[in-house]
Amino acid sequence: MEAVMNEHEEMKKTERTANGDVAGDILSRLESRVRVLEKLMSEPKMLWMRLLIFGIIAVIVYWGSSAITYNGITDRGSGIAVNVFKNLLNPDRELLFNLTRDGVPFLVLETIGIAVLGTVFGAILAIPISFLSATNIVPKGIAYLFRAIVLFIRTIPSLMWALIWIRVTGPGAFCGVTTQSICSIGMISKMYIMAIENLDTGILESLDACGCNTFEKIRVGIIPQLSASFISTAIYRFDINLKDATVLGIVGAGGIGSPLMQSISSFKYQRVAAFLWALVLLVVIIEWISTQIRARLAHGRS
Amino acid sequence: MAAKKAKEKKMPLFDRIIKPQHITLPNGHSVDRPRSRTPLILLCLVAVVAVSIYATGFSISTIIKRADQLPVIFGQILTPNWSFIGARVMPPLLETIQMSIVGTVAGCLIALPLSILSSANINRNRPTLLFFRLILSIIRSIPTLVYASILALIFALGAFAGTVAIMFFTLGIAAKMLYESIETIDMGPYEAMQSFGANTLQSFWAACWPQILPVYLDTCLYCFELNVRASAILGYVGAGGVGVLISDRTGLRKYHDVGAIVVTLFVVVFVIDLINDYLREKLKKRQ
Repeated sequence: MEAVMNEHEEMKKTERTANGDVAGDILSRLESRVRVLEKLMSEPKMLWMRLLIFGIIAVIVYWGSSAITYNGITDRGSGIAVNVFKNLLNPDRELLFNLTRDGVPFLVLETIGIAVLGTVFGAILAIPISFLSATNIVPKGIAYLFRAIVLFIRTIPSLMWALIWIRVTGPGAFCGVTTQSICSIGMISKMYIMAIENLDTGILESLDACGCNTFEKIRVGIIPQLSASFISTAIYRFDINLKDATVLGIVGAGGIGSPLMQSISSFKYQRVAAFLWALVLLVVIIEWISTQIRARLAHGRS
Repeated sequence: MAAKKAKEKKMPLFDRIIKPQHITLPNGHSVDRPRSRTPLILLCLVAVVAVSIYATGFSISTIIKRADQLPVIFGQILTPNWSFIGARVMPPLLETIQMSIVGTVAGCLIALPLSILSSANINRNRPTLLFFRLILSIIRSIPTLVYASILALIFALGAFAGTVAIMFFTLGIAAKMLYESIETIDMGPYEAMQSFGANTLQSFWAACWPQILPVYLDTCLYCFELNVRASAILGYVGAGGVGVLISDRTGLRKYHDVGAIVVTLFVVVFVIDLINDYLREKLKKRQ
């Protein structure tokens, strides 16, 4: 900074003696450099603030790591790790192409079925709930009551819901469906409420002015505004449900999860590999499709 | 005639099978109004739902018949055993939070270089870009519980396996969210730096990093929130934290105790959400 300032002063001195045109050109360039430097120096100094934040994070991480002790790898651990990776290239082919109820294709179908039904029922159940929790439709008291109910539904972990439902439905994919229907309500209605509260009410007023009745107002004024974001939310939730459907298997709620967990704990690596391949392919494909559909919904029909 | 054929070729398959409605306007012009796709989509949806009902064995009548069983466990969870909270819930809950912190930090640190390598505006090499994205989507598609149960076999039961599982989970999500936002940053400053003669690293540091940093911190906070919720389940496969207690108590059918755990978890998640919202507000102001 100082060096440039000095240079600047020097330039000013020489300007009087030197050839005016060239000196003026250099001078203006130097002046712009000085301006840039002055701007840089006038930025607030954040170094201490940054160090403080960094220190706080370091302390928190240090506290966190105090609970986690690395006890090394178990006796069989390295063997397990090697086996899992080795068998990834050698999945149980018989299981992969077995078309009975124990084979991978049916389990994949069952998992998709759980996610589809869970999403459809969740999305349908969420519609009345979210209209009743939108502050621009119902009085604030009722809206907050329904929001509290939604919050409560979200808080209970999905595995708890599975345990609650298993008494009604018995173990199996049916339990997975009911569990996911309830669990989906939480997130779906949160997004629905946002969409409803962003409704453009000017359209309803102009429909009023045209002499439309209530049904026509809903059909032309409300549904077109909401349908794209509602469908987009439901598809997004379908993505999540598909991943969660595998987790529910652990408490006996059907899908590909329970046989996968069983084969992990009984060290049947070829079966593990077969299930993992199916799972990864399924999720990657569905994610790709849902991204495409949601992109089209967001930007309109291509 | 040729022009008409070309036009038909451009039409989507749907419009070629079901001809658009031909409307003649009062001023003599005519327009083609494509038929609505909604019936077809609904038909597909009904078919998918029907197949799903067959595959999962769903039946409304069972739900109605056995609905009286629903409040049995539900009621017990709703009447928590309060004395259980102080005595047994706090230590494993703290462990869950500690696992989430370390897992989130480790995952987010690894996610940063990976996400930079998988954003199309910085990594111009298409094959490596697709390679990194493929790895990220594979990491994302494997559920946390599967990581945890394999890792618990490798590293023995306990918090370490859970932390590594959380790290993988965070890595997948954070890297995806990050590369999606890195791709939307303004590359003008980067090009300006390059034109001044700065090398790739210098121009990234000066032009892109300040734009990425707030998004990065925001993503980390969001992942931490997710992880606290998710890590409560990890204990089911013995990967430490409060989940061990949950699976233990449900195994013993002590649902009043489970209720107490759920209530405490709810309060903790709520407080963490509040802190995160506050920090996020601050970040937004700085942006």
